Amino acid sequence: MANTATVDELGHSPEVRGKNYLNQTAGVWSWLTTVDHKRIGIMYLVSVLVGFGLGGIFALLVRLELLTAKKTIMDATQYNQAFTLHGAAMVFLFIIPSIPASLGNFFLPLMIGAKDVAFPRLNLLSLYLFWIGAIFMLAAIVTGGVDTGWTFYVPYASGVSTTSVISATFGVFVMGFSSILTGLNFIVTLHKLRAPGMSWYRMPLFLWSLYATSIIQVLATPVLGITLLLLIFERAFHIGIFDPTLGGDPVLFQHFFWFYSHPAVYIMILPGMGVATEILTTHSKRRVFGYKAIAFSSVAIALVSFLVWGHHMFVSGQSELSSAIFSFLTFFVAIPSGVKMFNWLGTLWGGSIRFTVPMLYGIAFLFLFAIGGLTGLFLGTLSVDLHLHDTYFVVAHFHYVMMGSTAIAFFGGLHHWWPKMTGKMYDEKLARVGFALTFIGFNWTFFTQFILGTRGMPRRYYNYLDQFQPLHAFSTYGSWVLGTGFLITFICLARSLKSGAPAPANPWDSATLEWQTQSPPITENFEKAPIVTLDAYERPAEETA
Amino acid sequence: MSAKAEALGGAGESKLSPQFHVAHHFDKADTQFDAGRMGVWLFLVTEILLFGGLFCAFAIFRSKYFPSFVEAHHHLDRVMGGINTIVLITSSFTMALAVRSAQKNETKKTTLLLAVTLACAAMFLVVKYFEYSHKIHDGLLPGGNFTAADFASGHPGIFFAIYFMMTGIHGVHVVIGMGLILWILLRNQKNEFSSRYYAPVENVGLYWHLVDLVWIFLFPLLYLVG
Repeated sequence: MANTATVDELGHSPEVRGKNYLNQTAGVWSWLTTVDHKRIGIMYLVSVLVGFGLGGIFALLVRLELLTAKKTIMDATQYNQAFTLHGAAMVFLFIIPSIPASLGNFFLPLMIGAKDVAFPRLNLLSLYLFWIGAIFMLAAIVTGGVDTGWTFYVPYASGVSTTSVISATFGVFVMGFSSILTGLNFIVTLHKLRAPGMSWYRMPLFLWSLYATSIIQVLATPVLGITLLLLIFERAFHIGIFDPTLGGDPVLFQHFFWFYSHPAVYIMILPGMGVATEILTTHSKRRVFGYKAIAFSSVAIALVSFLVWGHHMFVSGQSELSSAIFSFLTFFVAIPSGVKMFNWLGTLWGGSIRFTVPMLYGIAFLFLFAIGGLTGLFLGTLSVDLHLHDTYFVVAHFHYVMMGSTAIAFFGGLHHWWPKMTGKMYDEKLARVGFALTFIGFNWTFFTQFILGTRGMPRRYYNYLDQFQPLHAFSTYGSWVLGTGFLITFICLARSLKSGAPAPANPWDSATLEWQTQSPPITENFEKAPIVTLDAYERPAEETA
Repeated sequence: MSAKAEALGGAGESKLSPQFHVAHHFDKADTQFDAGRMGVWLFLVTEILLFGGLFCAFAIFRSKYFPSFVEAHHHLDRVMGGINTIVLITSSFTMALAVRSAQKNETKKTTLLLAVTLACAAMFLVVKYFEYSHKIHDGLLPGGNFTAADFASGHPGIFFAIYFMMTGIHGVHVVIGMGLILWILLRNQKNEFSSRYYAPVENVGLYWHLVDLVWIFLFPLLYLVG
């Protein structure tokens, strides 16, 4: 390859062949004290998959309870806890750290030709903070659960609920620091550690999306931190800031909370968009159409994301003028999102599309994000939102964005980069079955909920009117298919670790830098620091000819 | 490691930190220094946003309960607050001088300046302690704990909630800052810093200036304008 210094076809001298970051040192201690971004990425990956499993179990329990209109398997209090823990686990233990902290940690330095992130020890600290936060959250589950919903709205969370709110929110507070440190590390790494010749516009677009994500993590998460701190003090010491009986303002909590949590939605989706870009360009063997448009649309989404939090509060009693302004600004998000969508389609146009497993996830992402994104416009419209607010329409919308887009992109990225991370190929047939069940089960479960929502089914209800029962039951059946799909995917990936064929360095014939080293990479990533001479996704002349 | 070799051969650089090195993933010392400083600046941005939430709450409740804020702020001790402002500004000044002397290889002077900075920080906390115990004694406490009598306006507890949250979180930052200053003071005594390597002094200095800066906003808002 012309853009890397080569010794053998992979750029490795005989001394390092057979060595990689996984077998360099052995033992649990060598992992717990590692500063290698790849090992940290793998530990994050395992952690978020555990979080995903936990959230998934609660999800299946919630769906099972909703199978019938009255009590099915749990009482109302347990149901409140189940949906809260589903939301909290999925948001804080899985989706926020999912792509950036696992795939991002692993591939950001590789993709810019660096040896590590800028602050490797800080990177390990952020993993430990994540674990500590997770322990507090698990402690909350064991010591009485949480029943406030993942949004921890006051005054219920600060005064009324008798569950372990403090432990859970403190866990989220600590995990916030983890998220901030990861974002900070990525920003500095991208600024300071790009390989010679790796200009900003030569970076793979996944990195632009991570850059935009990191900006949000750094700027928005501290506000969540102070909000949760105030909530903890409110609950523990009755400081009154959110308590209306003491002159406080519960709506202020909602403003603070959504000032973080709306941008956090883009912490969740932007990396997914980045992964999708990599998948679509690699598996259609075509350079990304509209590189700069996609790059800047990520940054634009990050910036606009700070100005739209009020659209979560159209019915909170905020003024009509504020609502109208927030509604208007919300529509703005559709512009950079649309730019991305058309550029992805432009990338596929005329490409030689290969329906590999990652590509299936990539194409599913396009479908599901289109649905998730467009239904967001319904909810951003004031008059429509008044009817749809707090119904299953909202539930379906954000599951199409969070799960249908981000989680699908995450699993697509996992299949895309699995050979590089583990050095193993997985069973394509089984992975396809897993994908198909996931895709069918997902739409089965959640498209049904759009219909439920438009018919007026409110979210978070334990008992509901009999007229909704058939659709609820239908949605629950879908959740079983969805769960089976993920189970098969896990089995498929786990099996590949044992019996998978060894992965070549570049199984997908990708043009980006992380494939120009062996699979799995050596601890130093590249034996010789790469010098980049080609534009993003550009192939050496003899190949394109 | 070429940077190290170059540093060793540098003109007139007899003193080099034993810790002076460039981590393996940086190509040269300058890059490492720039990266560290950029990281600290980004961290300071997050600090501003953390306090920003509280400043925002202050503004909202001040406009909502204006008479209460005016009345409550008369109960804060302007003299003590003023002394603390002078103390912190002085400490920021000595911190800045410490960075300068570290850059100039004046190790002893650096130690002295860091010690003065540390003493100022401690004095700030002592004054704060007296202020707090006075407030606690008078029942001037947040929200539901507010017990002071003779208040004409409603909800004075909100003002004190914001006062204690803001000054409390600021105080925690002072304590952390003291730990960091002590850490670089000890490292400085081990002769680890020089004109070639003074990044930790500079970065702790940046953090300390932010702690000072937050107080410079807190003091007039809470003590003077109410």
